[in-house]
Order: sequence, then structure tokens, then C-alpha cells
Amino acid sequence: MVAEESVRVVRCGGSELNFRRAVFSADSKYIFCVSGDFVKVHSTATEECVHILQGHRNLVTGIQLNPHNHLQLYSCSFDGTIKLWDYVDGILIKTFVVGHKLHALFTVTCAEDSVFVIINKGKQDIFQLVSVKLPKSSSQEIEAKELSCVLDYINQSPKCIAFGNEVCAAVRDFYLSVYFFKKKTTSRFTLSSSRNKKHAKNNFTCVACHPKEDCIATGHKDGKIRLWRNFDDDKKYTYTCLHWHHDMVMDLAFSVTGTSLLSGGRESVLVEWRDATEKNKEFLPRLGATIEHISVSPAGDLFCTSHSDNKIIVIHRNLEASAVIQGLVKDSNIFTGLMVDPRTKALVLNGKPGHLQFYSLQHDKQLYNLDIIQQEYINDYGLIQIELTKAAFGCYGNWLATVEQRQEKETELELQMKLWMYNKKTQGFVLNTKVNMPHEDHITALCFCNAEKSETPTLVTASKDGHFKVWILTDDSDIYKKAVAWTCDFVGSYHKYQATNCCFSEDGSLLAVSFEEIVTIWDSETWELKCTFCQRAGKIRHLCFGRLTCSKYLLGATENGILCCWNLLSCALEWSTKLNVRVMEPDPNSENIAAVSQSSVGSDLFVFKPSEPRPLYIQKNISREEVQWGVFVPRDVPESFTSEAYQWLNRSQFYFLTKSQSLLTFSTKSPEEKLTPTSKQLLAEESLPTTPFYFILGKHREKQDEKINKAFESELVQLPLTENIPAISELLHTPAHVLPSASLLCSKFVNSLLLSKETKSDEETLEDTDTEEEKESDDSDEENDFTEKILDTNNTDLGEDLLYQLSKSEEKELRKFRKVDYSWITAL
Amino acid sequence: MGEFKVHRVRFFNYVPSGIRCVAYNNQSNRLAVSRTDGTVEIYNLSANYFQEKFFPGHESRGTEALCWAKGQRLFSAGLNGEIIEYDLQALNIKYAIDAFGGPIWSMAVSPCGSQLLVGCEDGSVKLLQITPDKIQFERNFDRQKRSAVHKMLVDRQYMGVSKRKCIIWGVAFLSDGTVISVDSAGKVQFWDSATGTLVKNHLIANADVQSIAVSDQEDSFVVGTAEGTVFHFQLVSVTSSSSEKQWVRTKPFQHHTHDVRAVAHSPTALISGGTDTHLVIRPLMEKVEVKNYDAALRKITFPHRRLISCSKKRHLLLFQFAHHLELWRLGSTVATGKNGDTLPLSKDADHLLHLKAKGPENIICSCISPCGSWIAYSTTSRFFLYRLNYERDNLSLQRVSKMPAFLRSALQILFSEDSTKLFVASNQGSLHIIRLLEGSFKHLHTFQPQSGTVESMCLLAVSPDGNWLAASGTSAGVHVYNVKHLKLHCTVPAYNFPVTALAIAPSTNNLVIAHSDQQVFEYSIPEKKYTEWSRTIQKQGFHYLWLQRDTPITHISFHPKRPMHILLHDAYMFCIIDKSLPLPNDKTLLYNPLPPTNESDVIRRRTAHAFKISKIYKPLLFMDLLDERTLVAVERPLDDIIAQLPPPIKKKKFGT
Repeated sequence: MVAEESVRVVRCGGSELNFRRAVFSADSKYIFCVSGDFVKVHSTATEECVHILQGHRNLVTGIQLNPHNHLQLYSCSFDGTIKLWDYVDGILIKTFVVGHKLHALFTVTCAEDSVFVIINKGKQDIFQLVSVKLPKSSSQEIEAKELSCVLDYINQSPKCIAFGNEVCAAVRDFYLSVYFFKKKTTSRFTLSSSRNKKHAKNNFTCVACHPKEDCIATGHKDGKIRLWRNFDDDKKYTYTCLHWHHDMVMDLAFSVTGTSLLSGGRESVLVEWRDATEKNKEFLPRLGATIEHISVSPAGDLFCTSHSDNKIIVIHRNLEASAVIQGLVKDSNIFTGLMVDPRTKALVLNGKPGHLQFYSLQHDKQLYNLDIIQQEYINDYGLIQIELTKAAFGCYGNWLATVEQRQEKETELELQMKLWMYNKKTQGFVLNTKVNMPHEDHITALCFCNAEKSETPTLVTASKDGHFKVWILTDDSDIYKKAVAWTCDFVGSYHKYQATNCCFSEDGSLLAVSFEEIVTIWDSETWELKCTFCQRAGKIRHLCFGRLTCSKYLLGATENGILCCWNLLSCALEWSTKLNVRVMEPDPNSENIAAVSQSSVGSDLFVFKPSEPRPLYIQKNISREEVQWGVFVPRDVPESFTSEAYQWLNRSQFYFLTKSQSLLTFSTKSPEEKLTPTSKQLLAEESLPTTPFYFILGKHREKQDEKINKAFESELVQLPLTENIPAISELLHTPAHVLPSASLLCSKFVNSLLLSKETKSDEETLEDTDTEEEKESDDSDEENDFTEKILDTNNTDLGEDLLYQLSKSEEKELRKFRKVDYSWITAL
Repeated sequence: MGEFKVHRVRFFNYVPSGIRCVAYNNQSNRLAVSRTDGTVEIYNLSANYFQEKFFPGHESRGTEALCWAKGQRLFSAGLNGEIIEYDLQALNIKYAIDAFGGPIWSMAVSPCGSQLLVGCEDGSVKLLQITPDKIQFERNFDRQKRSAVHKMLVDRQYMGVSKRKCIIWGVAFLSDGTVISVDSAGKVQFWDSATGTLVKNHLIANADVQSIAVSDQEDSFVVGTAEGTVFHFQLVSVTSSSSEKQWVRTKPFQHHTHDVRAVAHSPTALISGGTDTHLVIRPLMEKVEVKNYDAALRKITFPHRRLISCSKKRHLLLFQFAHHLELWRLGSTVATGKNGDTLPLSKDADHLLHLKAKGPENIICSCISPCGSWIAYSTTSRFFLYRLNYERDNLSLQRVSKMPAFLRSALQILFSEDSTKLFVASNQGSLHIIRLLEGSFKHLHTFQPQSGTVESMCLLAVSPDGNWLAASGTSAGVHVYNVKHLKLHCTVPAYNFPVTALAIAPSTNNLVIAHSDQQVFEYSIPEKKYTEWSRTIQKQGFHYLWLQRDTPITHISFHPKRPMHILLHDAYMFCIIDKSLPLPNDKTLLYNPLPPTNESDVIRRRTAHAFKISKIYKPLLFMDLLDERTLVAVERPLDDIIAQLPPPIKKKKFGT
């Protein structure tokens, strides 16, 4: 079992895939992208993550293929190291310790044993491009301290540096610097930067070098692309302008042969300029979000674009998108909070504008996007968009309720509530009911009754207009079709106070609605007010019932920093404490409740049971930032921490989202152990495209094959055997120079592979009987079948040697013996 | 500086005609520009792009091709089927020869400059030999049934038009065998002449590409499109190490709104002109050695000569158009106001007279006498003099007939201040003085040109007392004649740059001369030497911003009561030079705004310098003093000119 180390806060995926340009492998089979402290290796054909290269202790800031060995990958990080990986096996080969914080990495074919990195020297924004000599040594960790400056005062973004034929181009503000490796000189070309309207947006944003010709392409803030030529002459340099983008050019890339130039920007359109002429261009529109990076595969058959919504699109040479690698979308405000889809166990939150994203925590990828608002998103500054503000799952994931709103002026509120039903056939949510203006004012809370016994799904919405409404599912059939729809069942209010929170008890018998400072308890059967609690300690911010054994408690956190616990049986305050609660989340699988409090230093986590006055676990300073949302995600396989402090982590895991939108969780494992088991298993098959789908299906097939082959001659029995035959392994492992001549070995070798005829028939019968015996038990434990089988055959293999020495009479006897029905044994 | 009441005249409805051809002569650094009305203008690029000479147009002589040959001989060919050679000294047409092939569409000169090739309407191409004083027909190439590419191969520099769906508007043949063609589909194509195959294709416009010009080094060329864009193509090496070179389109220039009908490529600049009447000279920064005013973009719209004359006494303005004259009386006002106020008119300006010129020729020059009772104008072949009679509001016009035979054509006409004498500069270089009487005239004297020179005088100035006459040609110095004694008084030493404006000051009889490099000289005629002020300013030098002005000074006048003031203007500013004030040096502000009134007198005096410049009126075509307190300024806003042109090709503009 896992050694119980201290609980640490770890980043759990959802990192920016679009932080740096993605890199293709030489054969375009794999695509590499940075992801937080890791480098991810994805298959370009299946989008699946094949390996995660982990080892850096800080953000990975650059990846490049080793120009001298295309099966190796260099990566650099803020932790000051350059690491060399074997990406096929996912093995770290070497670590070069540079010492400085490395901001970007470049490799050049002509540079024999050095790479180029961007480092920060001295002041805050003074960056240098330096070449680092990588010393040749067999040891794992090597110091690389031999730095020589190439260009000074450059932009820290790697998009602003490009390497061409014996030149290095760097752009910053209004000038382009070109360093000539041969002459060891730098030329600088400056554009007009005057404040007038025409030139004010002349800033350089990115640069790319033509792979064959002396041509540098630069992107500019006003959307222009300039192609510089003749730049080895300070006077006779010239440039051509290409203008299509109306906003900043975000990235540029030349195709491998240099015949076309790719550009992208906020328009979310990939533009291919053929022959670098203005009139000859092709577009790939509607890519969804701002193009941040463009890269080109060395083989020339694929492009890829990284987008601001944390997605990488692999694009064919003929401008057809072929694969999408989607991470956690982070570029919008999270209004819905964190939720867990009960079906997929995926984390659900706001995604793209107007969408709800389903994000798999296990695989660190987006499962799918649900378009809630279903309107074209117009990307323009100053437009007031429809916002998806609330969402809730109900009835074990069968229903999804969403609320969207748009408020242009104080008095004009557009509000819409949508209810989505899960369709088993299409495996997705289908819009069932749309309610226009469900309330007169903002909806503050939304909750389903998740009790097992409730026969009709029930939804409660609380609003600032002073009402809470109960919505139930009713029959909406007519002569054309059978249908169900949601309708309002009850409207409740309390002294015209604003309803701020609502919450069902675990069994669904009680509904708690908070009206500013007052908590009201309603009977969910009759919708009558049972009792009220009022503590006069400020407006209630969070409200939740205890679970399981603690279901008699109701917890409320107020704005004034008081956490109250009421006993529903005695209708009295059980306890209260001073705690400025930002997030309060009950664990669905236990009585535990997690509360995150905010102080001036940072956020602290408290895990407690409502019945106990003492918290189970306290971790101070889990994050320096404000924690915005948190959620308990049930574990697939429960852990078994024995220590009392960690028991709350046994059945669920707590995830939280900070203000800067980093998704964090608690882990006791050391980073080395965190390698997901699936990625290790995937190493098994190299020849076939490795996808989990294949893995599952392939395993399944093998099982089926086995069953079939058991009756007939079993190929499967022999094939894995070849590895185990000692003669072969001996032959393969003996050095060639000590082996006897091949003619001598041949007959012996072939013999060792052969099975004599009679033993074979023996074996067949043996097999027959075996399978007959085992058939019944087989069905029960399929899981272990495969391994057992191998063991079985090994046994027969050994038996074979024994049998060989038996006489024919003895054999016959044995055969008879075998034919005896031993099925009675199983009955025992 | 003083306050003036200004007549701001905007009813001069002048529209320059569109540019048809542009030809650059490397030897003399001059540019010949032909316009759609047949006018040919010569610009001296060394002399600050001054329009030195012009040949008036002719209704039936549309110029289609223009080229320099044999050094500095200028030929043009047009739709009347004639090839014309111009006399650049005498400023007239040397001869016209019919090519006998119908209208001529194109003309080219052989690289050595000794042969002329014309493409005619009937499809024939005619080769002409240029002899020292004429051209001679040599041979005729008939229409061939081979492809255009091969035709070009035979003819070397044939600029042809083929009548197909896609019209080739121009071709260029490079010495390495590459043929570049521009066509109506917006393409620039590179052909290999040896194989006749297409090498490269640049689609640059959605409309026609109408013109092409290659530099002498054949490392860059320029094309003009019907969208008003001019594209520059350069031959750049593919990599620094290899010798392989490729043509790339580098910079687009959008200085025109309409079709660019003609382009030229000088060693340091791209020159383009088109239907929107602008001549644009765009210097190539990489070819310019020092960043002086030569490195600035030039846009020449208006002729550098006077089209307007003014009768001070009667407040009349005479506007000269290509084929007619207009006489206007200025409006008047009784209102008064503060500085900067616009005064309401009590009487609107009157269009008194519309005088249509006789014959197909353009008017060369015109003048109205200061008293307003005489109008004179001249075409290439005839001279007209009219007498105006004012009877209250009625105006009667009477032509003075029987002009003497020697008064056939004039380059410049001037009346004396008292309107009793008429001075005519004829195109033979002679100056005629004519005495005007009521309804008749009398020839007084003719100053013959200096022996050996045939240069025509094109600028005249007479002293207000009528004693002195100054005349200047295009290059030689200014001659000053004594009108009383009818003899040459003196000659102002010649200066490197042509004279753009001349005037003689009242009372002192100082001759003020402005040159195209913005230098202003003051020469005392009685003392036959430069004045002290002129010497001082030459010693100290003009302010650098003054020297960087790019339009020539076209008019100089004087204030009758303030002898220290010289009034002059160019197209974008009006300046009063106060000789009593200190001269500005390079550190002082040249274009000083009017000093605020609350500032103390000391500071104002310290910052004050001799040049008082006003840029309120632009483009300014004419400015003169009517009386002590009244100025007349004639403006011609560019928007008004564009409004009168045909609409340009509509282009979708992003965001509209």
C-alpha cells in the first residue's frame, strides 16, 4: 500500500496545452505539447495521450526534437534544466542543469552540440538569447554552464525568435534584429513607431524564417505580415506586405518547403498564403478560438494550431482538421462552479462561451462540450454576452438544469432556464423544457431533489425576487407524441426577503431555503413552512445538510464569517464558530464537509463532521490565492488510509479551483508514483495504434480467441511460448563471437522448436479434458483467465518433458486415467 | 504682418487633365509628362521637380506614347497618326510626320536610341531611323500570324496591344531574355522568351494592370493598376550565398485614386501618373544617399505657372482654362469683424465673361490689364487682344483686329501698371513692347534675343513706374531692360536653378527673384547689384524647413505702403518677408503660430523673425494684394477636383 506521506496540494491536469508551440515527431505520428510541469505525447491519428514525460519541477517552457536524433526530445523548464527524453518509451535520458530560469528552447541542425535558450538576466524584462553548450558525458545529470550570448534585449516569448539559414531573427516592439552566425554581426531594422493613426500598431508580434530562402516573415499588431528580403544589406533591404488579418497576427509558420506561409490570429481562421502572394490564399475558418501558435510537422504532411481555449487542432496539408486535443477550457469566467457528472464522473463547469464542458480528471482531457446557449458567439470587445450562470445535475445524471442570463441595462434582464434530459440512445443531453423568465430577478441557487425514494423529479430555484419555485416533471403528452415536461408546482416566499440559497436534505423530505439572514425549512411533501432559523449574523452565503449519520444537521455559512450548525431535531443551534467560509462542500460518500476559509495570508482548508465539534483535518495555506470553487469527486477505487487525518480522502477526492483558474487537489503520493496506470499499460503494444479502445477490444478478442482455440488446435498456446524456450533465449543472448557455427546449431535449434507427433496428440486430448473440466469455472472468473491460461500451458510444457520418457503402455494408462470424469470435484 | 481682408476665392473651377504618358530621361534627369488634352510638360527632377517647360495641347492630338531618344530629343505619337518631335529650346513643335498606319498606339526607342518603333492601328509596326534633324521611315513589319510572345522576340521592345479577351497592356523585355507582361486581368507575368513559356505569375489586382516601367539596371520595375495602386517588384537573391535571383513584389503604394495610366522608373524614384491628374514621385529610400528633401514623396497636381491674373482697380479675376477664359468680379462686403471672422457677402461674386478660345489649340497664356479694360491671350498660332468697355453693369467686348504678323504666339503676356503698355514674350525669344491706345495699339519695340541663344522667355516682370522690364528664360539669367531707352540694362548672373517667380518692387526698383530651390534673391536694378539684405541672407542661409518646401514660389508682390515687405506664396503657404526683422536660424521656429496677445512684447520681439508664414489657404493657386488692406486668395480644394473626375473603381474596404 501507499506509504502515507503528508498530504500535499498538487496541480492535477487542466494545464495549458497552448502555452508553447506543439512539436511533431519526425514521422508525424506523435505530437508533443507542454502541459504544466509535464510534456504530453499524443498520437496524431487518435488524439490519445500516449506518454506523459514527467520530471521537471516547474513549468515546462520549451520542447524541441533533437536535430541529431529524431527519436529524442529536448525540453526546458523554469526549474533551470534541459532534459533529453526518449519519447518512444517515455524515458528520461539526460538532465542538463543550466541554472538560470529558462524561458524558451531552440535547436538548430547546424549547431553541433549546443542549443539556444532564452534567459532572464538581471532586470525584470531584459531577456537574452544564449547558446548553451551541452557537454558530452555518460552521467545522468550534467552541468551545462557554458553560455554565450547571441542576442540581447529580446522579447521573452519564443514566438519572437526564429532561426533560418545561418541567421537568427528576433523581434521586439518596433524593430527586427537579425543575427548572422557566419559574420557574427547583428542588423536591426526599425519600423516607424510614431503615435499617429497609421503607424501606431506597427509593433512586431511574431517572426518566422523561410526554411530555404533568405526571407523572414514578421507578424504585426495591425494584422499585417511583412516578408523581409535582402536583409543582409543594411540599405537595400526590402519587404512585402500581406494584409488579411484585421487584428494582431498571433503566430506565423512556413511550410517545410517554404512554398506557403501560415498565419493565424483572433479571427480563428488559419490562413495559408501560397507562394507568399497576397491574392493566392486559402482559409480554414471557424476554428473556435484565437489561434495562439502554429506549428508544422517536419514531414510536411500536418500542421497544428494551438488555441486560446486550451485546444490543439491537428490539420492535414489540404487544410482539413483531423484531430482535436482538448484540455480544460479556461478562458471564461466560471459561474457554474465545479460539478461532477454522476454518469461519467467528469468535472463539469463553464467551458467555451455558452457551453458546459465535461472534463475527465483521470485522463486530463475534455470529454465533450454541451452547447447550452445555442447561439453564434460574436467575438467582439464591449458586447454584452449571454452568460451561462447556473447548472445542476439531478436524478443520477438523468436531468440537467441550466440558467442563462444577459443584462444590458439595470432594468433589462433576460433570463432563461433550460432543462435537459439524458438520452441513452445518443448518450447525450437533449433539451426538454425551456422556461423564459422563470423568475423576475437573478436566480441565486438551483438544486434537484436527489432522494432515492422521490418518484417525480423535483427542482427548486431560488431568486433575488424573493421567491423560490418548485418545478416538477409532468406528463406533456398529446395526440402526436408522448412527452414529459417541467412545470412550476409551488412558489414560496418569506417576508419578501431575497432567496439566496436552497438545499434538499439527503432523503429529500426537507427543503432548506435561506432568505438573506433567515433559514426556512419546508416540508417537501406539502410545501409548508416547518420552522425558521435566524442567527442575525449576516446573510447566508452557503447552506447544506449533513449526510448519512449527520443528516439531522443543517449547516450555514454567513457573510460575516460565522459558520452555524443547527440540529433539525431540536430546532436549535448546535454549535457555531467564527470562520470566513468561501467554499463549503459536502462529501457525497461520507459525513465529511470541507470548508475553505479565506484570510489575508491565503486560504485554509477545514474538514469536519457536523456532529463533532473538532475538525478532522486542517491544512493551512492551501493556496495563496482566493479559492473560488471546490468539489468532492468520488474515487473509482477507494483508498485505505489508516491515519485518522487522511481518512477523509479515502472515498472521495477534493478538487478546488483558484482565482487564476488552476485546478488543484490533495495527494499523498509522491510525484513519481502518480503515473497513471493506463499510460504504463499502453507501452505494451508498439506495432498497433495504442488506444484504450484497442486495448479493451484487443483484450476482449484475445479472450474470445482463447475460448475458441481451446476446442481446436491452440495457436495461442504456442505463440507466447517461443519466448520461453531456453534454446532461443540462449541463442539470442550469447554474444555472436562465441557462438558455434550456424550449421552446427541449426539442427539443434530447429529440433528444439519441434514437438514430436505423439506428444502433440497427447497434448490435444489433455487439453480437451482440461477444458471440459474447467468450463464451468471459466465463466465465473474471466478476469484471471488469461494469466491462468499461460500458467496452464507452462505446466503442460513441463509435463511434456516428463511424458516424453513414459512408455506407450504407460501413456495409454494415463489417457484412460484422464478420461475419468472428475467433474464431481467441482461440486465439492 | 498686419491685418488683411481676404477674398477667399473658390470658384475657379479648374480641373487638370489626366496624365497619359510619362517618360524619364536619365541623361538630363528630366521627366516628360503628357496629358490627355495633348499637353506635354517637362519637369526638371534636379531642380526640385520644377515644371520647366510645357507644350500646349491640341484637341485632335491625343498623345498615346512619349519617349526620349538620341540623348535629349523628345518624341510623341498619338491617335492622329503623327509622330511629333518637340523643340525643347524654342518650346514649340519641331515637326510632325504622319506614319501612315492610322492612329498610333505605342512607340518605343531602340536601346541605342537611334531607331524609333511605332505600333499602328492597322496592326503594322514601323521602324523609323532617327537622323540628326528629322526621322526617316526605314521598314515595316506586317501583322504576323504568330503568337505575341514571338512577335516580341522579333521586335525587341514592342509595346503592343493584342485584342483578345485579356488585353496585354504593356510588356518589357529584359536583357536576360525575360519578358514581363501586364494585362487586363490584373496579372504580372514573367515569360522566358527563348522557349515562350510562362515562368511566374503574380496576380496583384482585381482590375487592369495598365503600365510597366523597368529600371535601367533591370533589378526592379514598377507597375500601375486601374485601382490606383502602384506595385514595386525587385530582383532579390534567394539566399545570400547563391547567385540565384527571383522577382518579388515588395511594396505597394496607394497614392492615386484612379487608374495609373503611366509609370516611370528613375534610378532613385518611382514615378506614376494617371486619371486623377496627380504626378507622384516616390523616392526609393534605399537608393537615396542623404535624407534631404529629395527623399520625400512628391505629389504634383497643379501647373507651376500662373493661370490667374487680376485687375486690382476693378477687382476682377481672369481665370485661364484649356479652351476658354472666365472673368469674374469679386464680391464685396460692408461688414467688419475680428481677426479670423468670416464676413458675410453683401454682393456676390459675378461671372462677367466666358470667352471661348477659337480653334482646337489650348490657350498658352492670358492676362488682364490692371485697369481691367484689356484682355490678351495667346494660343500656339494666334494672339488675341480684347478691349473691355464697362457701361454701368453692362460689359461689352471688342476684339482688337489686325494683329501684326510677328505676334503669332506668346509664351507670356504682361500689362504695365498703368495699362498703357503690353509686353509679349514670343516663342522666338524676342520681347515685344506694344503701346495701347483707346481701341487700337502701336508696336513700339522688339528686344531681340541675345545672339546665339534661341531660348524663350517665359517669365516677365515690369516695374510699377513702367521703366524697367525683367524677363527670364528657363535656364539663363534674368535680363533687365530699360523701357524708356529701349535697351538692355543689365543681366542678373545666372543661377543653377530655374526662376519660378519674378517681381520688381515699387519705389526702390529692387528685382526679387525666386528660384526652384526656394532661394530668394533681391537685386537692385539701378545699382546693378544684389542688395545688402540679399547678401546677408545668402551668407546666413535660409532656414532648413524653408529649403525643404516642395512646391515652387509662383508669385511675388509688394505692399505699396510697406517697402520692407515682400509677399510671396507657393501652393501650400503664403509668406510675408519682413526685411527689417532678424533672419531665422535653424534653431528658431520657422512656422510660428500667431503669438498669443497676452504675451509680453519682449518675448514676441525675441521670437519674431523675418518670415511670417500662413498656411490657412491651400492649395493656393494665386494670391495678390488688391489694395493696402485687401488680399485675394484663389484656392482649389483637391476634393472638388476629385468630385469632377469619373468615379474610381469601387473597392471593398474592410469594416465598411
